[in-house]
Amino acid sequence: MWQRKRLVTGMAAALALLAVPLAKAETGPETVELDSLAKLYKPVSFNHSAHVEIAGGDCATCHHHTLGTGKIEPTCARCHAHSGAASAVACRDCHPAERFGAKYLQELAQDVNRYHRDKPGLKAAYHLRCLGCHRESGGPTGCQDCHAMTQAGEAFYRAGQYAPVPHAEGTEH
Amino acid sequence: MNKLNRRKFLKGGLLGGAAALTMSRKAAASESFEGYPDSMGVLVDLTRCIGCRTCEAACNHEQNLPAPDKPFNDYSVFDERGPEGQKRRTTEKAYTVVNRYDTEKGPVFRKFQCNHCQEPTCLTACFVNAYTKTPEGAVIYNPKVCVGCRTCMVACPFYVPAYSYSSATNPVVKKCIMCYDTRLKFGRPPACVEACPQEVMTFGKRKDLIKLGHERIRNNPGKYIDHLYGETEVGGTSWMYLSGVDFNQVGFDTTLGNQPILANVKEFLAMVPMVLTIWPALFTGFHLLATRKEAAKEEQNKNEKGVKP
Ligand code: SF4
Ligand code: SF4
Repeated sequence: MWQRKRLVTGMAAALALLAVPLAKAETGPETVELDSLAKLYKPVSFNHSAHVEIAGGDCATCHHHTLGTGKIEPTCARCHAHSGAASAVACRDCHPAERFGAKYLQELAQDVNRYHRDKPGLKAAYHLRCLGCHRESGGPTGCQDCHAMTQAGEAFYRAGQYAPVPHAEGTEH
Repeated sequence: MNKLNRRKFLKGGLLGGAAALTMSRKAAASESFEGYPDSMGVLVDLTRCIGCRTCEAACNHEQNLPAPDKPFNDYSVFDERGPEGQKRRTTEKAYTVVNRYDTEKGPVFRKFQCNHCQEPTCLTACFVNAYTKTPEGAVIYNPKVCVGCRTCMVACPFYVPAYSYSSATNPVVKKCIMCYDTRLKFGRPPACVEACPQEVMTFGKRKDLIKLGHERIRNNPGKYIDHLYGETEVGGTSWMYLSGVDFNQVGFDTTLGNQPILANVKEFLAMVPMVLTIWPALFTGFHLLATRKEAAKEEQNKNEKGVKP
């Protein structure tokens, strides 16, 4: 066990070294279409390469402890200081699309020893990560700054063509 | 001790035969309130809320509520104030509302709805037994039984129940039921929980949420006030809250204490004009109740001092 851990850590270090000359090739896709949850809003066409630049090439800014690049939060470090790179890269590989669905709730209930019980669902993983950074660093924060509302969205929010006809003022009750 | 006294007093037959029957049945039911071990709840994390009002829209659709006055993505509602300068409250058309509070840590948004008390004052206060606390945790009501006396509106420590005035002769209570009919009873989370982009709300067993809430506080030093609002307030509520600023800065009443509130603790006077006009008998009942409550309190004080009554 110890042996393997050391090996993995070693490999991660080697990868990290490699990552410097390979930076361009290793920065992932140009754009990512985030569409698995699109309903009220159109899919997000996420400019991945622009964000890699903003993050100064540090993948872990967003892909927390999945790509083996440092920046580990103290809470995670209690167990994961030497965990190395996880195989999961996409948010949806870990964050459940239906966080409060019967299946996931049952899974949690049965697996009483599971530590990660407070893992956000996929929709929240996106928003907490993206908006969290946008709010801190002055990025765009309006809903439609990232995804345009669909017609279903307009019906849902009673916006646009579904907006309520304003009442005459002073007609309470 | 307190509880025993209360039960005794509830069973005291203050309101004549029929009412006394209702009351004692209710008192018996209240014994199981703390005993629903698997009841569900919602943990609301105020630090995550961005004030997008998606939860309000989700509620409106799920509960088939009338069209709002403004679109749900109109944020000017945060500046609306009532006649006494108060922020928006729940109404017959909106079972949940989001308000903005300007705090030392910047704007904080707070979603507001029925907290689904463990020992609901609305339920205790209702004379026709229109309310039920379900084993799943929801506080629901039967509009067919409700006579529209508005006692629960006055009794609720959080000022939640609203009334539909669409029928002047038959107003009925309107409030959040935790999506009991359409979701909760099938094990599904309330519509607002699922719709929220930020997962401000975590749905789960109340007892698990208490652990989870404290863990979130522990794992994020400095982020939260070290308190889970609703864990103990008024005997505990199914909806509980985490906040990064003092709760009284974001519209929470921090003076409620940890004992379930009896219907008659709140200002009776506020109720008098209405009750007098609507149902004089009801007022008589309340007057008796108030008198008896004093007596019960005295008895309790004596007991606490170890004096045999
Ligand atoms: S918050 Fe008010 S309406 Fe809701 S259960 Fe408690 S007392 Fe009843
Ligand atoms: S949907 Fe969530 S983030 Fe938006 S206002 Fe409601 S609780 Fe806040």
